[in-house]
Amino acid sequence: MALAYLVPALVVFGVFIFWPLVKSVLLSVQGTDILGNPSGFVGLVNYAKLFSDADFLTVLWVTFAFTILTVVPSIAIALFIALLLQTRIRGVRFFRTAFALPFAFSVATASVIFGVLYNPASGVLNGILSHLGVDKVHWLTDPDLALWSVSGATVWMQIGYNLLVISAGLGALPEDVLEAARLDGASGLRLQRSIVMPLITPQLFFLVVVGTIHSLQSFGQIRILTVGGPEGRTTTLVYSIYEQAFANNNSNYGYASAQAMVLLLIVLIITAVQFGVLERRVFYR
Amino acid sequence: MRSRRSGNLATYLVLGLVFLVVLFPVYYGLVGSFMGERDTNSFPPALWPVHGLQPDNYSSALRIIPLGSQYLTSVGQTLGIMVGQLVTSILAAYAFVFLPLRWRGFWFAVFLSTMMIPFESIIIPNYLLISSLGLKDTIAGLTLPFLATGFGTFLLRQSFLSFPMELRDAARVDGAGHFRFLSSILVPLSRPSLAALGIWSALSAWNMYFWPLLATEDPKHQTIQIGISQLQSSDGDSPGMVLAGVMLALFPTLLLVIFGQRFIVRGLTTGAVK
Repeated sequence: MALAYLVPALVVFGVFIFWPLVKSVLLSVQGTDILGNPSGFVGLVNYAKLFSDADFLTVLWVTFAFTILTVVPSIAIALFIALLLQTRIRGVRFFRTAFALPFAFSVATASVIFGVLYNPASGVLNGILSHLGVDKVHWLTDPDLALWSVSGATVWMQIGYNLLVISAGLGALPEDVLEAARLDGASGLRLQRSIVMPLITPQLFFLVVVGTIHSLQSFGQIRILTVGGPEGRTTTLVYSIYEQAFANNNSNYGYASAQAMVLLLIVLIITAVQFGVLERRVFYR
Repeated sequence: MRSRRSGNLATYLVLGLVFLVVLFPVYYGLVGSFMGERDTNSFPPALWPVHGLQPDNYSSALRIIPLGSQYLTSVGQTLGIMVGQLVTSILAAYAFVFLPLRWRGFWFAVFLSTMMIPFESIIIPNYLLISSLGLKDTIAGLTLPFLATGFGTFLLRQSFLSFPMELRDAARVDGAGHFRFLSSILVPLSRPSLAALGIWSALSAWNMYFWPLLATEDPKHQTIQIGISQLQSSDGDSPGMVLAGVMLALFPTLLLVIFGQRFIVRGLTTGAVK
């Protein structure tokens, strides 16, 4: 009887999560004909191909670099802003709302705006740099720069959410502990470093995990800003799945599914680490 | 006193600087959407509308892509997902908290596991399924995979767990059955949590990009998010018009974030994944 209340959700999960999961595994051990139909069992051939494919190793490296370049700065910047907003000054409410605005942006709206800003011929970024005597920078087409530019846009998209999480943590700090520290003469940086920071490690740790998983899933900004280029220098794992399966009618579902399983495995490992090992150490209060 | 005041001044200076940098894309998106090509396409480009405002950008954006019908598609997709998630999550959370559920731990683990599977890793079979059902370019195709959510169930479960049991017992004594209690007492009293879930669902549905890109082909049936990214590639020479499209797509979520912030915070840390 009680199960009836779970059925609507379970049906959706079954049809659109669990069955596709099984199907993904099945697709990943099959070949694909030119029409995109599975062409029979091939065992682990797709997986073996993955790790001998130099392009795929580059994809993993780009994904790793992109994750580091987005997670670390977006948390650091949000933390910096959140601590500034902790000071008791007028207008904090206004700043708080304003800094949360990036949170309203979708990956598409933010990416399109950054595309305009990054435009080498008429973009505002190069416009500002020209006043400093810097030549036109090719933000999205310079192979050494593109990943940094896409990461920059992604950091911006993440700041709002990170700020909300850190601010919520700071707002819930136990006032008595802070007061005791102040009475003992701790103030300014000392108070931040020795009292506040340790107390918000749960939030920071949460953001590292969520941010990493979120970065691993990034797609829209790459598709809109660089289409994976130049020379594949911004092709992350999810973009590579898209490219193999859907771009230019490739329909290479078998190989793409093997890549999708790599993505799943990475996310599962991160989640396991979160639940198992680190969480106990972080929540020491 | 004196050092405190100069400390405040320094804080304002740093805060103001960070404010300018972080909010510049918001500013430029808005102001740029009213700027003509004489401002945006010169070099260095103008930072404000030197040659006057050009509201025509908005009508040109609407002319070049079917933004009107795309807006409707986005609204339909968003409402569908929001209502669907609210209904399935309310029912499931109710069972987890108030009903004698057999194998509760197992079902709980099932719901939990859905939050650990990134949709991108199962997007190929979902695409094949939706296309084989002939649901491409339909609201059903855009919404069906997202009608239930582990995140939403946990959010509501947390809220239901703190529901006063005396009230439930009183309702039972008065002869209210499960469904009656659920619909006329629990739901009205849980409005803040339901608002939190509703806003989260709406934000993520409206802002979706990857799935609508696959699930639609006909520009008329695409969502606004896909529309504006198309706008950019179809006419890179008039940034003002492109930004006007962005502002149209942004408007509803901007309102949600400004006025719904306290509800958003409520859902922030529920469910570590997704």
